[in-house]
Amino acid sequence: MPLFNHIGRYFILLGNVFSRPERFSVYWKQIVFEIDKIGIKSIGIIAMLSAFMGAVICIQTAAQIDSGWIPAYTIGFTVRQTTILEFSPTIMLVILAGKVGSNIASEIGTMRISEQIDAIEIMGVNSAGYLILPKIIAACLIIPFLVIISMFLGIGAGALIGVMANLVSYSNYELGLHLDFKPFSVAYAIIKSFVFAFLMTTISAYCGYYVKGGALEVGKASTQAVVYSVVFIMIFNVILTILLLL
Amino acid sequence: MIEVKNISKSFDGKTILNDISTRFETGKVNFIIGRSGSGKSVLTKCIVGLHEVNAGSVEFNGRNFSGMKRKDRKEIRKELGMLFQGSALFDSLTVEQNVVFPLTMFSAGTPEEMRERANFCLKRVELEGTNQLFPSEISGGMQKRVGIARAIAMNPKYLFCDEPNSGLDPQTAIVIDNLIKEITYEYNITTVVVSHDMNSVIEIGDHINFVNEGKLWWKGTREDILNSGNQELDDFVYASDFLKDIRENLRK
Repeated sequence: MPLFNHIGRYFILLGNVFSRPERFSVYWKQIVFEIDKIGIKSIGIIAMLSAFMGAVICIQTAAQIDSGWIPAYTIGFTVRQTTILEFSPTIMLVILAGKVGSNIASEIGTMRISEQIDAIEIMGVNSAGYLILPKIIAACLIIPFLVIISMFLGIGAGALIGVMANLVSYSNYELGLHLDFKPFSVAYAIIKSFVFAFLMTTISAYCGYYVKGGALEVGKASTQAVVYSVVFIMIFNVILTILLLL
Repeated sequence: MIEVKNISKSFDGKTILNDISTRFETGKVNFIIGRSGSGKSVLTKCIVGLHEVNAGSVEFNGRNFSGMKRKDRKEIRKELGMLFQGSALFDSLTVEQNVVFPLTMFSAGTPEEMRERANFCLKRVELEGTNQLFPSEISGGMQKRVGIARAIAMNPKYLFCDEPNSGLDPQTAIVIDNLIKEITYEYNITTVVVSHDMNSVIEIGDHINFVNEGKLWWKGTREDILNSGNQELDDFVYASDFLKDIRENLRK
């Protein structure tokens, strides 16, 4: 069964990834490098998308609650809930799966087909650990921060567009933000982003690590990395929501 | 010395190597030659442990490498150096960082000592001054030489070269051949070269193993190879009409 074969190989790979590193100082340098590559270099796109999405959620909500029966502070409430619970931790990770996941799969896949991974193995270095572990640690450390930045920017942009377009007053927007706020929502979002970051990096690395063939297969692996990452992010989104919110 | 004992390897039910036994002597340039698809690269990958053998064993100075666990293999792998067909240099690292890489993983030296060792290895392959260049900025021949410098950085006991001359012009190929020969004799390394380049075999081969259809068809010295009397080997060595004519003229 190919499915069980993939699951088995995925966990064997994880076993190799989490085996004892040859030298911590080398891994530490790699982690810093990956934090920059995965996290810092993604701030721009995260910031832009978060701001636009926050603004759009605000406008959409305002357009839907034209009725005088629904209070204006609902706009702030909706922007907050949508951004914290789903947009920042889930949709942002889906976007990152496209950017970072495909990059990881193509980078490792190219190293596989050009025998660079064999060269690492020949030296006695655990190639899975050296190449993948720093990416996992870096993603799990930096992506929750990106998600927090995304939350602030989304909610901030919602306030800005709401006030500037005269859709809601700042006091009403702020009232909505504070209304029935549960700090656990933020913890829930961070837990989700941590799990999704792990899934995205490991699945993408798995797709790249076992590539066989040439450039065509690396391209396929890159596409598979994005598709499988998104599918598993969505599946685990449901699982985590049931476990943490119900 | 590396001793290969009765190894067999198959992929998806298709036999690639069938009961191969041979020895690779220390301080000699040992060749594995054969047609494309004959199984010589698979044989090399089985010897270095990149492929698991289905049967038989590989011994490095009496140590059964193929029977070892992954963790135990690491100690022997630190004694291996390998030059890959496509050089397999790390694209994101400079020439110096490529050579230093195995040292940063296992050497107890200071960064300065590692850099000195890298400079020594680069000087040995006549690539001084290229330290800060990236692999994409140097020629194919230079990449091969960086690959050799990286392979010898850890003072290996065993050196494997997978088609070291592929894609190189004849003059650069001779430079690489001579480098492999000099390093083998200078450091008393067990060198195994996989090739189908008969120039290299005749130039630097001490012991030659001819693999055909997954079997060890013939083994001997370079002096023997030209008059082996083995039809398959003769067909391989004298593949072109030009070489066949030379052989006929020599016989006359």
